[in-house]
Amino acid sequence: MSGPFRFQNAGRTLQKELLSQWYGELSSANEEGVPVAYLFISGNVAELLRAFDFRLGYPEVNSLQCGIKKAAGPFILKAEDAGYSSDVCGYVKNDLGLLASGGKAPFGNLPRPDLLLCTYSGCTTYVKWFEALAEATGAPLVFLDVPYHRDPDAFASDRAYVVSQLEELIGVCEKITGKKFDETKLRGILDRSRRAEEAWTRILESARRRPSPFDAFFEAVFFMAPLYVLRGTEACVRFYETALAEIEERIAHGIGPLPEERFRVVVEGPPPWPHFRAFGELFRRWGVCAVASTYSKVGGLFDQGVRHDPDRPLESIAEHAIHCYTNWNLGLRRDLLERYVRDYSADALVIHSVKSCRSFSVGQADAREAFSHEKGIPTLFLESDLADPRYFSEAQMRNRIDAFFEALTHRRLAGAGAGGKP
Amino acid sequence: MTVHGRGNRPPVVTEPTLGPPVSPDATLDGILERCRSLAGDPSLEAVSRWKGEHPGALAIGLFPVYAPAELVEAVGGLPVPLRGGGGRIELERADARMQSFVCSITRSTLELGLSGRLAALDGVIFPSICDAARNLSGIFRRNFPSLLVEYLHLPSNAASRVAVDYGRGEFSRLLGKLEARAGRRATEEDLARAIVAGNEHRDLVRRLYALRREDPGRISSLESWVLLRAGDVLPRGEHAATLRRALDLLPRRATRPRDRIRVLLHGAFCEQPPLELLATLEEAGCEVVGDDLLLGTRWLRAPVRAGGDPLGALAEAYLRDSTPSAVRHGTTESKGEAILEAVSRCRADGVVFATAKFCEPGLFDLVLEKRVLDRAGVPSLAFEFEERMGAFESIRTQVETFVESLLLFGGERPVPERAGRRP
Repeated sequence: MSGPFRFQNAGRTLQKELLSQWYGELSSANEEGVPVAYLFISGNVAELLRAFDFRLGYPEVNSLQCGIKKAAGPFILKAEDAGYSSDVCGYVKNDLGLLASGGKAPFGNLPRPDLLLCTYSGCTTYVKWFEALAEATGAPLVFLDVPYHRDPDAFASDRAYVVSQLEELIGVCEKITGKKFDETKLRGILDRSRRAEEAWTRILESARRRPSPFDAFFEAVFFMAPLYVLRGTEACVRFYETALAEIEERIAHGIGPLPEERFRVVVEGPPPWPHFRAFGELFRRWGVCAVASTYSKVGGLFDQGVRHDPDRPLESIAEHAIHCYTNWNLGLRRDLLERYVRDYSADALVIHSVKSCRSFSVGQADAREAFSHEKGIPTLFLESDLADPRYFSEAQMRNRIDAFFEALTHRRLAGAGAGGKP
Repeated sequence: MTVHGRGNRPPVVTEPTLGPPVSPDATLDGILERCRSLAGDPSLEAVSRWKGEHPGALAIGLFPVYAPAELVEAVGGLPVPLRGGGGRIELERADARMQSFVCSITRSTLELGLSGRLAALDGVIFPSICDAARNLSGIFRRNFPSLLVEYLHLPSNAASRVAVDYGRGEFSRLLGKLEARAGRRATEEDLARAIVAGNEHRDLVRRLYALRREDPGRISSLESWVLLRAGDVLPRGEHAATLRRALDLLPRRATRPRDRIRVLLHGAFCEQPPLELLATLEEAGCEVVGDDLLLGTRWLRAPVRAGGDPLGALAEAYLRDSTPSAVRHGTTESKGEAILEAVSRCRADGVVFATAKFCEPGLFDLVLEKRVLDRAGVPSLAFEFEERMGAFESIRTQVETFVESLLLFGGERPVPERAGRRP
């Protein structure tokens, strides 16, 4: 290695390598005779399935990849031709359209699933998605009912309920794979998950620094991918150790993702994948760094102390399933946003409201009222979609973003608010 | 109500005027008139009156679909099923707090709250049906801190051995919250009484639907809706008396002329379509012999087991005997099987899907259900509705074409392929 930066881009480079390797293994699973399970990202129980050597596919990631590779449009239209309304989740339509087109995605071929495990942490549309997949593929559909984190009083019984279902799921997996459950193996997997989660949390928390060494939204969406698709593997641990080294190197040199950090924001909501780069540019030109985001918590609220634990295997899996962002009630979500604004010294809150995901978006407009009118936190409210390219208007988006940061600049110049806050 | 011809139909929406309770010698017209005045009164006047007569007792709103009214009744409260604004209110405040891509009932229910129309309520229960309703519970908690706002997580893994126990625990948790708010305990007897009253009431509703299936000329779907909807603001016993009297009178009523096709109306299990839509279906030649309207009032297909552990019986009833819909999750029953069974039960010539715009669960199920019907040779027609839609002409044309095609080419009534399995 030459120069002072040994780890520059190490995270992104390794992330791409690992993801393409994962898709490769998934594409060939059917031919190799390895069982495939489909599951969701939010609060999934990947560790348990990994203990049975399932290869894991994630329909949400299919749609995400199509979105960012600008391939979503035709698949969505194909699903609409088949009768799906223009008003239902674009992620689901993308995936079903892809399946109906033979499962040939720009990143690999979708394998036929042997198990559809619907864990619907925080999203009831998941149920509809997997019911449609079951109809299309004929694969067995198994539900894992993860109660909404609605009331602290209900948590103990909710966790016990999920644990009981996990015990039943073990029986299902034994039947499908013909393998006996090996608790020691599961503990090893959980230990690797825990190590990756520790490192990821340190990366997330590094954004408390000023300047932040890390963009907790525009970079985090890439950095979080291995945790979501490879959690429990050695490769996943290696990725987070590498990514953390990259971040620490940035800290050592006092640099961040931007030439100059002018505004620090908390971002609520998913990105507009089909226009991800353009969306990011609109913020970058204002020197905006996201210092915390909620989208990076949909797979688990690790920064809030959630950890897989080899000493409490099923209990910790159940806790992780319950504690993912969209499964938290709106009161907890608002409190978390407020803590992020405070603990990460943010100047503003940016809410990106997407039509596809009611789980995220219903309540955001009400939260804006609370934040901007009651709590005095400058709040920018933007609307488009995470999956459907038709809902993004760059000109309109630019106008709103420009107007917002101009206003923040004026407030800052006028010296409103103490402590450097606009 | 008579079937009015096109053009001279009076407005379906009437101003709320509370009539006296049904008397044993009430006429059918009198009953329907009173129910029309009660049905869908967005200011819940009848509930305020009930509260005045029952000082200290709770009035608890129930968001659709699967909310156990018995728990409210067991603490001496009045369950008040909520059905949104029904097109009778303007959205003035809710627009700022809810995006435009959310279904009408979610938005208008928030408006009902923000405009003070839910002031008669002490609380609202939101059962786990969809993400919009779930998040509405969080919006309610923030905006109406004096209300008891409870989110009920219904067990959604029917295949699990622990589902009944979990459901029982969740009902018990909810009951505890109601007891704390009411300041009184619900005894096993209170619960058992509520279950028995609920069973009796549901039996009357089933009789009403049986009458519509067997003798549809006696009552229109619109009248049937009004009759049931009035029950949203009446105590169960009073509404049961109303239904009982109506069921006594209906068989004696003159039958309307019938050159219509028998239709199952499907998809409006939560948000209710504008009544003009029901009228349009009838005017266009449909005899609606089955529907999933107002499902929240009648989601149990069989009586709840009386005796033994009442909370366990309620949980079991939800898991085993609740009518399937797009928002009953994690079931082991096939959706295709359920709709074919409904078609066969009401001997429908076809299915009209009326799905609330932006209702994701309904719109997703529509695709799968329509495919099943197509394969079974059952004709169907699908359209979306909103609470505040104003134009019905395009729907009228579609329905008329559907009816004509069935009358012309339908010939024999299609028999769903699996219908033979039923006893």
